[in-house]
Amino acid sequence: MELTEEEREMLSGKLGNAVKESMEILNALGEIYGAKRMIDAASVQIAGVSYHNLGDAGLEYLAELAKDGRVKVLTTLNPAGMDLKEWEKLGIPADFAEKQMKVIEAFRKMGVTVTCTCTPYLVGNLPRYGQDIAWSESSAVCYANSVIGAKTNREGGPSSIASALTGKTPEYGMHLEENRQAQVLVKVKAKIDSVPKFGALGKVLGERIKNRIPYIEGIDSASLEQLKSLCASIATFGGTALFHLKGITPNKTKVPEETIEVSEAEIQEAIEKLSDASEIDFVGVGCPHASLEELRGIAELLRGKKVSKDFWICTARKTKELADKKGYAKTIEESGAKIACDTCMAVAPIKDRYKGMVTDSAKACYYAAGHNNFKTRIRPMEECVREALK
Amino acid sequence: MILRGRKIKGGKAEGEALVSKEPISFYGGVDPNTGTVVEKGHSLEGKSVAGKILVFPQGKGSTVGSYAIYRLKKSGKAPKAIINKECETIVAVGAIISEIPCIDHVKIEKIKSGAKIRVDTEKGVVEF
Repeated sequence: MELTEEEREMLSGKLGNAVKESMEILNALGEIYGAKRMIDAASVQIAGVSYHNLGDAGLEYLAELAKDGRVKVLTTLNPAGMDLKEWEKLGIPADFAEKQMKVIEAFRKMGVTVTCTCTPYLVGNLPRYGQDIAWSESSAVCYANSVIGAKTNREGGPSSIASALTGKTPEYGMHLEENRQAQVLVKVKAKIDSVPKFGALGKVLGERIKNRIPYIEGIDSASLEQLKSLCASIATFGGTALFHLKGITPNKTKVPEETIEVSEAEIQEAIEKLSDASEIDFVGVGCPHASLEELRGIAELLRGKKVSKDFWICTARKTKELADKKGYAKTIEESGAKIACDTCMAVAPIKDRYKGMVTDSAKACYYAAGHNNFKTRIRPMEECVREALK
Repeated sequence: MILRGRKIKGGKAEGEALVSKEPISFYGGVDPNTGTVVEKGHSLEGKSVAGKILVFPQGKGSTVGSYAIYRLKKSGKAPKAIINKECETIVAVGAIISEIPCIDHVKIEKIKSGAKIRVDTEKGVVEF
């Protein structure tokens, strides 16, 4: 790594301890992954916010950094372990809430914009095509690289914080054009036309191609909601940070020789594998966080009705504020469903609370099974809402 | 014997080697309060990493693992040093924020559990 004078100064400790430690992290990562230099990161998204995952050690580390660390670029935050305002309504214990607020305070002190969402691109952290950024949160990383065409590696929590406090990221991996070319051509022979099916495709691809970059053919159109579902799923089940979708995503790539096909049967099999619940006592949607359009759709389906099961709709507080203005939020809440802001089913402390969850998200199924010990069922939004009303 | 490697986090340490042939997940795989490896079926299951020169190929699992290493350090149960074959983000970041000497690109298959080891990661040297 060749560091500039400014970067060497950061490393020396003259600019404070948080900056020193941050540059040390970035420098080590640069060395490990063969970067030649640092580049500017235009924005940062930080994951690792839920106290459920951080524990006291994480909290202590963040509080230490917050003593003299201040963000140098636009920096937004992943979901926390609870709704920061209405945590009691979600049944979150008070001692958890207290610790979670300390985590949030540490980030706030550093100058982080406390968005608490996995969809930063919907609430004002929207990089442009070709821009270098340093994001964690695998679904947002995949969305930024693939759908927007910005450039980021899959950062972890501490490395993204390090970029926020220095404005730098080491130039390797996804920042270099030669590493962004497709490696395998995927011919989709199935009809992919719903959020669960995009999620199922992500699971099939993630498991088959691991972290290689696919060039996907055979999908004619995809909404923002379908794309965010595919991004979340392909990154969860595989590890890729980037895909190309013919005619839809903006990155230029050569079309690779190696070809695989995805059949209708494989998609159906993936849906069945994600659907092992015989009994449903929880409905959870908004993974990644629901868009305004999804909230509109849910409000229409719930208008004038009452839900009979716990029903969480997870979204960004900013998105909910727009839904408030349109009246969607009121309609949803009058039905008894809960709009959970700032958090989601994957990071809230709800292990063992439910037996079976129905959702439209493949990623949510993965975390429900692994973290929360729920059985799952994946269905389109209309069916999820119908289940809540049963 | 002297082995050479690449510094990840500078420092010196001396102690007994604990060697794993498999990667280690620090989030969920190691109890942060006792330092005991708890991953089911892991070759080090039931053994403690506390105060050892911990030798393993690389980290695995959640990136929250970096904070788990920090937590081990805070509870006084961290290894004295880490020797990897190929360090990756989780362990590198964990070692840096916890100030645990860490070195990689070392021929770890030459090291046996129980060996008395001296490491000077700043110089890139492992001696036993």
